[in-house]
Amino acid sequence: MKYRNLAITSADDLLLGYAPFPVKTNRGLVIGGGNVYPELNFTLSSTAINENTIESIVAEYKSIVKGALERGLQLHSNGIIFEFETLPEMTKTPDYGVEIIKSMNEICEDYFQKHGMPSEIRLTPNDLREFERPPKQRTSHLLDSMLELFDRGALAGGDLLSIESTGGKEIFDDALMSCNLKEIVFSLCVLGVRDMQMLWKKIVEISDKHGKISGGDTACGFANTAMVLAEKKYIPKIVAATVRILSVVRTIVAIEEGAKGPDKDCGYEGVYLKAITGTPISMEGKTSACAHLSPLGNIAGACADLWSNESVQNIKLLADMAPTVYLEQLEYDARLFNQAIKGGKSQIKLLQKQLSESDMYFDPQAFILEPSNVISIAEEMVKGDSYIECAVNGAQKGLDLIEDAISTGRLKSSEMEDVWIESIRTELNAIPSDESLFIEEMLKTVDESKFIKEEYGL
Amino acid sequence: MDKLLDQLTRCIEFGKINKNSPFPPDMRGLDGADELTKKALEEGLQPEQILSEALIVGMQRVGAKFTENKIFVPQMLMSAKAMTAAMVHMKPFFESGSAKRKGTFIIGTVEGDLHDIGKNLVSMMIEGNGYEVIDLGVDVKPERFLEEIEKYPKCVVGLSALLTTTMINMKETVTLIKEKYPQQKVCIGGAPVSDRFCKEINADFYSPNPQDAVTYLDSLAS
Repeated sequence: MKYRNLAITSADDLLLGYAPFPVKTNRGLVIGGGNVYPELNFTLSSTAINENTIESIVAEYKSIVKGALERGLQLHSNGIIFEFETLPEMTKTPDYGVEIIKSMNEICEDYFQKHGMPSEIRLTPNDLREFERPPKQRTSHLLDSMLELFDRGALAGGDLLSIESTGGKEIFDDALMSCNLKEIVFSLCVLGVRDMQMLWKKIVEISDKHGKISGGDTACGFANTAMVLAEKKYIPKIVAATVRILSVVRTIVAIEEGAKGPDKDCGYEGVYLKAITGTPISMEGKTSACAHLSPLGNIAGACADLWSNESVQNIKLLADMAPTVYLEQLEYDARLFNQAIKGGKSQIKLLQKQLSESDMYFDPQAFILEPSNVISIAEEMVKGDSYIECAVNGAQKGLDLIEDAISTGRLKSSEMEDVWIESIRTELNAIPSDESLFIEEMLKTVDESKFIKEEYGL
Repeated sequence: MDKLLDQLTRCIEFGKINKNSPFPPDMRGLDGADELTKKALEEGLQPEQILSEALIVGMQRVGAKFTENKIFVPQMLMSAKAMTAAMVHMKPFFESGSAKRKGTFIIGTVEGDLHDIGKNLVSMMIEGNGYEVIDLGVDVKPERFLEEIEKYPKCVVGLSALLTTTMINMKETVTLIKEKYPQQKVCIGGAPVSDRFCKEINADFYSPNPQDAVTYLDSLAS
């Protein structure tokens, strides 16, 4: 990992609404500059996407944005980010995605011109490459469609460019189900890192070319999969917490390659990103329960610069269409955050303490997001010489903190969970910090029918 | 004999694959499912007896513990691995027809959807309960299901989807299957689907979890 020091060295300075390196959008939103904005994400209810339906789909997206902006205006919102996370058909046929962005951006511009209401679109093409098994991460024609959408979508109005890339996921999923820590580290810290290095060079190049902002990536397909499986009681929460820490070095690669932030909402590891790199982050908590359950509803907001709902279907609720309803919920949360920011650092720290302490002792995944724990773990991470060593250092520190909190009765746990701490620690200890040694070891045991090593430069 | 079957049941229940496997620690150095199945066959036990009185019993115990949140998936996977080790010795008897499985289950994630964690879990549970599982993988076109149904006429089909935008492909798949094979049983599962959706698309059963899928198949097999 290129970072050897923390951008934020003290938990006192790890705040919500402020990042050492704020990002200014084309319509003037300053993210991480002393304001928390809502980030609204939405998806279609069950609909086929093809040439016969695209016109009505575009109209639906326009209607969603208009409804949210109108509500934002009524609520005196300071600004809104709309995340347009494409569905596969919209990336496979970039014309569809571009048309939707263009139409949404026209509405955004209209509200900006007429009402002075700033909003931006974060364009997040889905990673199509996983449609091929094993995926061809570097040579697939599907990568061309993704990059075309980034390129044309940026011109059409996507101001922030992001992705939830999936390099390494073909090994990760089975490794997670069996809680095989070595394979998890291999997928995240070797395959994931290498894929991110390749992909983010290209995304940064596109965003620089068009004067747009390269936002960031998340380990959604990895650490959030772990979180959701832990919520279902399929895997231990302690494993999910460990996976979250291990995912940091992978997500950080986007910043190393030139991304500026804000990092994407579904990366709860974003708080580590903020501490290490100083970039602003989007986070999601209780208002993302429409998309997935989590044990992080309040604490996720403790260091947020954007506050998101992850995704909601465009369905009618009693009050209004769901995206409009969720915009209102996000806006009220943002108001509360911004009220604390107005009150100065002591008020921010008070709100942050309440957000953190209301969650952190119920679940290890929440515990490792508490600001002072984040700083302690991040400090250990940056001491490593390789991505693997950084990740393992962080995970070991996280386990130490979790174990201590359990043994002192602060963190709720169970015998069924606790037995995993030692087995995870033992597995992590057996991982060589030298990347080439680790790769050599793993290539002997990982099922090579699942992935193409050349697609990762191995 | 009973003792041998009991030992084998415990190997499946606790995921003891073979003598060399270190897991579980308290069974280290003891024979595992591999050795004990071989021994049972050598001692003249019938394959169907081994299957029904030891292997399936072990997996049922594991399934029950998982359903009651007493174990996690990795522990269940170890049991599945032990079951696989045992089934290596049983395979010739299934192939010759001298032993029979409870039925055949064809499963796949529907077209456009790549999620397979839930599907794999269901496959594992059903296989462990004595069924042959034909796993078609992810992003499966409806025609692939039809091809497999033709090969296994008495099968049950399972469809999985995780996205609201791909669950509609379940409807297309079920419609095609039912047009060609009106009596074909189809069950569905996945985060966005529900019992109501199941009825809407004319599928036969909605399973909210892997264990319910096993119970449904057992009800059809009995």
